[in-house]
Amino acid sequence: MGVSGIDACVDAAVERWGSAPTQLLQVLREVQERYRWLPPAALDHAARRLGLPIARVRGVAAFYDFLATKPTGAYHILFSDDVVDRMHGSADLLGRMCHQLWVEPGKPSEDGLVCVERASFLGFPEQAPSLLVNQRPITRLDQARIDLVCELVLARKPLAEWPAELFVIEQAVHRKGPLLSDPLQPGEAIRASIARSDGAAGAQAVLDEINRANLLGRGGAGFTTGVKWESCRRQQVEPRVVVCNADEGEPGTFKDRLLLSNHADLVFEGMTVAALGTGASLGFVYLRGEYRYLFESLCEVLERRRAAGLLGHAICGRAGFDFDVQVHVGAGSYVCGEASALVESLEGKRGIPRNRPPRLAEKGYLGLPTIVNNVETYCAAALIQQHGADWFRRHGTAKSSGTKLLSVSGDCERPGVYEYPFGVTVRQVLDDCGAHRTIAVQCGGPSGRCLEQDDFARRIAFEDLETGGAFIVFDDRRDMFEVARHFAHFFADESCGFCTPCRVGTSLLARLMDKIRDGRASEHDLQTIGELARLLHGASHCGLGESAGKALVDTLQKFRPAYERRLIAHGVEPAFDLDGALARARRMTGRDDPGAHLEQPA
Amino acid sequence: MSEPMANVFELDGEHVPFEAGQTILQAALAAGRHIPHLCFHPEFRPHGSCKLCTVTVNGSHATSCTTPARAGLNVASGTRELNDERRMLVQLLFVEGNHFCPSCEKSGHCKLQAAAYDLGMTSPRFDHFFPDRPVDASHPELLLDFNRCILCELCVRASAEVDGKHVFALGGRGLGKHLEVNSASGRLADTDAAVADKAMAVCPVGAILRKRQGFAVPIGRRRYDRCPISEPGRRVQAAVAEETP
Repeated sequence: MGVSGIDACVDAAVERWGSAPTQLLQVLREVQERYRWLPPAALDHAARRLGLPIARVRGVAAFYDFLATKPTGAYHILFSDDVVDRMHGSADLLGRMCHQLWVEPGKPSEDGLVCVERASFLGFPEQAPSLLVNQRPITRLDQARIDLVCELVLARKPLAEWPAELFVIEQAVHRKGPLLSDPLQPGEAIRASIARSDGAAGAQAVLDEINRANLLGRGGAGFTTGVKWESCRRQQVEPRVVVCNADEGEPGTFKDRLLLSNHADLVFEGMTVAALGTGASLGFVYLRGEYRYLFESLCEVLERRRAAGLLGHAICGRAGFDFDVQVHVGAGSYVCGEASALVESLEGKRGIPRNRPPRLAEKGYLGLPTIVNNVETYCAAALIQQHGADWFRRHGTAKSSGTKLLSVSGDCERPGVYEYPFGVTVRQVLDDCGAHRTIAVQCGGPSGRCLEQDDFARRIAFEDLETGGAFIVFDDRRDMFEVARHFAHFFADESCGFCTPCRVGTSLLARLMDKIRDGRASEHDLQTIGELARLLHGASHCGLGESAGKALVDTLQKFRPAYERRLIAHGVEPAFDLDGALARARRMTGRDDPGAHLEQPA
Repeated sequence: MSEPMANVFELDGEHVPFEAGQTILQAALAAGRHIPHLCFHPEFRPHGSCKLCTVTVNGSHATSCTTPARAGLNVASGTRELNDERRMLVQLLFVEGNHFCPSCEKSGHCKLQAAAYDLGMTSPRFDHFFPDRPVDASHPELLLDFNRCILCELCVRASAEVDGKHVFALGGRGLGKHLEVNSASGRLADTDAAVADKAMAVCPVGAILRKRQGFAVPIGRRRYDRCPISEPGRRVQAAVAEETP
């Protein structure tokens, strides 16, 4: 690996992506793909080529999980470590792999061959456990598949020569509704919206239809799509920007993966319709780094649509209707699913949520009017243009029109994607997916709500249970304290660190949960958890911090015995563990006899 | 309810006038009203990361340094609940870094310490993180002690916006968030930083210090030794008496 080779690699990436500072993340990502880490010379050269301070480049490199500032390995393996993967035995399989490869998690092998690490959530919970090897997913892991992967790694076999069967990704769909079963042909919805905009109202008619349909954002927050689009359209600044949020990072969701894999045309159709409605000419898909393997296929669909006149200049022959889409790939950061953090990341920066006002519709990407919508929202928008608002409102409830894709995983017979009209009960979904002896459902992922049996009559709808679609089922074998503890660590790992309550508070929550697990906590610690959760909810900068304590508060309320049986009797128990502090001394002296321990209370 | 008066909002039941473009905190400070804050500095665009200035606006939590003032807003700041939250935020900052006030040259001039006293913090409450953060003493005239950095970003903003140098940037994520120094070596000595830079004068804590300036003003006679940070009226007199360089 010569220095000139590194420079040439940076130069090639700059050649592809351009030398604007906004391309920093894409350039670093490509260098990472080539070398499996970012050598200092690459950071220096990228800073020079993009005209950025080196401190800023290093700051970005240290922000994203998939960018490494230290060598990893020729085979870089990321083990999905979300709650569902763990329920399916990922921890044992990770141990088995590390044992066979003779490595510790997070530490590259001494020969630089392989590095095995944990990743928050890779996006395949319905075929858990899963891993990425050099960004290619392998799912449905079991001992045999782990052994095979280890064999291939130790034989130094190039990834291209690995059995294709290893990389097969299933798309389990168990219930199709109007969205997943629509036979829409590429261009149909665009032509429908162009026809609509030929009326007296012009392109406003496109927005009117979206408004009449009462389309609410499918990412989870449920903002009124039409209001967002109109606000963007009203800005007197051009170009305007349409962004598709394909950073499906909420643990438990994978329905966008299905849409991007099997319905990419519908996604781009919706984006193009949005461009017509808002008068935008610039489009981006922000694809989560975990879905890097979809990049080429998405680019192919875009190329095909350009050739068919569905993107580019004068779309569908309409003079002045110019719009194109570029796919940007993220690099491992949950917070980038927050719309303004996503825009920061698109600008090549650390993904820190912005202050509002201004809203993105006023000043978004590079200060331009920008709309950011979920993958599923664009699909729904395309169908609304094609079939009309009245058709759309026939599905769902009065307040939540249309359907919702649910990503069902966990303890059930048929995990996969289910499309339901809004208003479906939790019980119905549980029955359909073959869930038995269910004690809890985490609806909306770690940032959502923990439901117990009394809640199963509730409905998935904006007026009751708002959700981005994650639906994780837990049966009576599961310990909901451990689930909540896992979520606490997830938020601590994923906090962007911008604001004090989230940066420090999420770590304190994780430590308190560990203290409870270790049997060293008291009732006082449960109160402290409640106080920290309240602080996070009230004072955090964005939704990540606001919701970081939710699962803890929910489980404390609904599964309190799972906490209480771990408590010791004392009123207050210090966090400092005197005997634990001697562990290092014991390691150094090779002792573990009773004399090397403090006397333990009986 | 009567019509809200033009360009006036209510802060803890009292009228505060504001000018167009001002945020709640800016207007409050201009009117001589104190809302606790750390990352805010009147010369820089607010960015709202420390969250100490959190208030409730019409009943909902909001960051007062970044929330635009609007006529008729009902802002609460001095409530027990909010001060409890602020005290906890200060405690979080104390346990996150390594803050040993008795041996810190900034003691008495330090806004973190002053805020802690002012909010009645008597213990750090949570277990310390004891992070391992090496000191950068490479520069002949300046010392960087990252142990005390509270990541307020004021030096980053000052260096970029006033000095035009970009000596600092923030890097990393979560608890790993840290101050980056803009040189290939990562050391301050290899940057174009200078003692007279604005960036070197805005640190609210003892993370950026001038070398060989120790204890020019004795402890006990420093700014916040003489009056609490929350009393801006008395603060003016104190500031005339003893100022940090």
